[in-house]
Amino acid sequence: MKIKSLNPNFRRSLVTYGIVAAAFIFIQILSGAGLLTSSLSGQLVPICAYVIMAISLNLTVGILGELSLGHAGFMSVGAFMGAFVSVCIKDALPGWLTLALALLAGTAAAAVVGVLIGIPVLRLQGDYLAIVTLAFGEIIKNLLNSFYIGRDAAGFHISFQDAPSLNLDETGEIIINGAQGITGMPRSASFTLGVVLILITLFVVQNLVDSRTGRAVMSIRDNRIAAESVGINITKYKMIAFTVSAALAGLAGSMYAHNFSTLVARKFDYNTSILVLVFIVVGGLGNIRGSVIAAAALTVLPELLRGFSDYRMLVYAVVLIVMMLFNQSPQIAAWRRKWAAKLKSRKPDGKKPDGKEA
Amino acid sequence: MQFLSYLVNGISLGSIYAVIALGYTMVYGIARMLNFAHGDVIMVGGYIAYTVMTTMGMPTLAGICTAVLVCTLLGVAIERVAYKPLREAPSLAVLITAIGMSYLLQNLALLIFGSAPKSFSSVVALQPLRLFGGALIITGEALTTILVSALIMVCLTLFVNKTKVGHAMQAVSEDKGAAQLMGINVNATISLTFAIGSALAAVAGVLLCSAYPSLTPTTGAMPGIKAFVAAVFGGIGSIPGAMLGGVLLGVIQSLSTAYISSQMADAIVFGVLIVVLLVRPTGILGKQTREKV
Repeated sequence: MKIKSLNPNFRRSLVTYGIVAAAFIFIQILSGAGLLTSSLSGQLVPICAYVIMAISLNLTVGILGELSLGHAGFMSVGAFMGAFVSVCIKDALPGWLTLALALLAGTAAAAVVGVLIGIPVLRLQGDYLAIVTLAFGEIIKNLLNSFYIGRDAAGFHISFQDAPSLNLDETGEIIINGAQGITGMPRSASFTLGVVLILITLFVVQNLVDSRTGRAVMSIRDNRIAAESVGINITKYKMIAFTVSAALAGLAGSMYAHNFSTLVARKFDYNTSILVLVFIVVGGLGNIRGSVIAAAALTVLPELLRGFSDYRMLVYAVVLIVMMLFNQSPQIAAWRRKWAAKLKSRKPDGKKPDGKEA
Repeated sequence: MQFLSYLVNGISLGSIYAVIALGYTMVYGIARMLNFAHGDVIMVGGYIAYTVMTTMGMPTLAGICTAVLVCTLLGVAIERVAYKPLREAPSLAVLITAIGMSYLLQNLALLIFGSAPKSFSSVVALQPLRLFGGALIITGEALTTILVSALIMVCLTLFVNKTKVGHAMQAVSEDKGAAQLMGINVNATISLTFAIGSALAAVAGVLLCSAYPSLTPTTGAMPGIKAFVAAVFGGIGSIPGAMLGGVLLGVIQSLSTAYISSQMADAIVFGVLIVVLLVRPTGILGKQTREKV
């Protein structure tokens, strides 16, 4: 009774938190009973990372209404920044503090990159915005692929050429080694941490969407010109949504990095961006809860169905096309309405013989 | 002399970009959509030509003709099935469908031909051209690519400006509703545009694979995206613009690979796109348009 008197937005958020918590308990029970295969338990942290990625991308695509094809770029910025901080300070500080600082650093770095990219990108819209985010994703990947940083007694050395040009002395160690990436992170990310971060992400995004800011962002999506004419500062609100989205992707990346001992920039390419896009299209554009469920389900399913993995991307491609045709095409929408009307008119006919309807 | 050879390489690569960009720019001009699958039609063209020429052992000309024919049909079919129902839908939906189509083609090719690269045998039989006593060597492929793309641009410009169908295309790109009122078959015109664009993609695929003979399911993806950059660079919707943008982009890529770093060449190409969009969003030869409320 009491729950019904709550604000509907808040109630919706509670249900989403509840689903995540229930999934967490379910997995913990399975894991306690030893029913979890080793490949699946190895996937738990990446699943959490992809859920956060999906929620954050949904903020840009579903809520702001602009297609971003370079979301994996922000993830890689967060991952590399977090891993870098971890490798640098892991000997000096306790494990939990290292992890917390690494997560914060990854989030902050991605947010800064989000602002820097957002300034030029958000002046564009539609197709141009999509292609420019794709371009930025590729630029980030290429830069990280040729980025070398090392540390010795004299401090940090940075190079965009190769490892020898860092000029390290004999005490020096290379931290980020170009295309070979970064190694030696503590593998401190756990499933519990992942779920906590998912809940934090959900809290941030749900509250943003339900706030005045969120309504302003959605009004830009629905009608940019009308929004501008009632005095909404388009650039400001686009920037807020885009930066929050980038920061959360950085958080996901930073957590993801602490699940592996090696990380390369190639991992975060265009395909990863598209994979996350598939999650949010399947979950429903603008539907936060849908993103969570779709991201988790579509990452777990290929693990469970062996032999399916060859066809995975093929099926996803078909799903993208069919979902869009089914939801957006005027002819198919009319056809669906016709069928819905037919089904509705048939129901009472079917029930009359029972006498329940009369 | 070193510089000249990089320049020639760049122009040759740029000519391929230009041919792909022509397809992008025509489709964008008429259907107002970014056809992400265009790059993958190039790859399909390459695989068809490879199958006919190498696997079935037929003559080169048969390979090229089959590739052009299959790609034309494929382009028209993609438009009918995936894009036409979404003509009135928001651009986000069309864009996602196009990305889905691009992935569909890539993964179909992956299932049929496997991920191992196929080595494409060049369709060009020309001897390399030796200039300055052998100091500058221009390969037959480079020469053919440049000549073929120049020829295509001239023919396409004449077609669009001098024929009745070409005028219809211009009218549809200007105003679909008004064109329909004037008795132009809008659907047929859009289909024709996709057909021409995809035929050009097949030609580009054969040229690309002759110059860079390793054929994989993702062969077309990067050149496709770069060709779109070229189309934006030159001014989207403009045929000479696509040509100019393509050649400039090829030269930029070739010179930055040679003098800066091969890792950074892609980043520089995309950097050009971002600078162009910020400084002159309509491109070099594009028309200034105003947004009406």
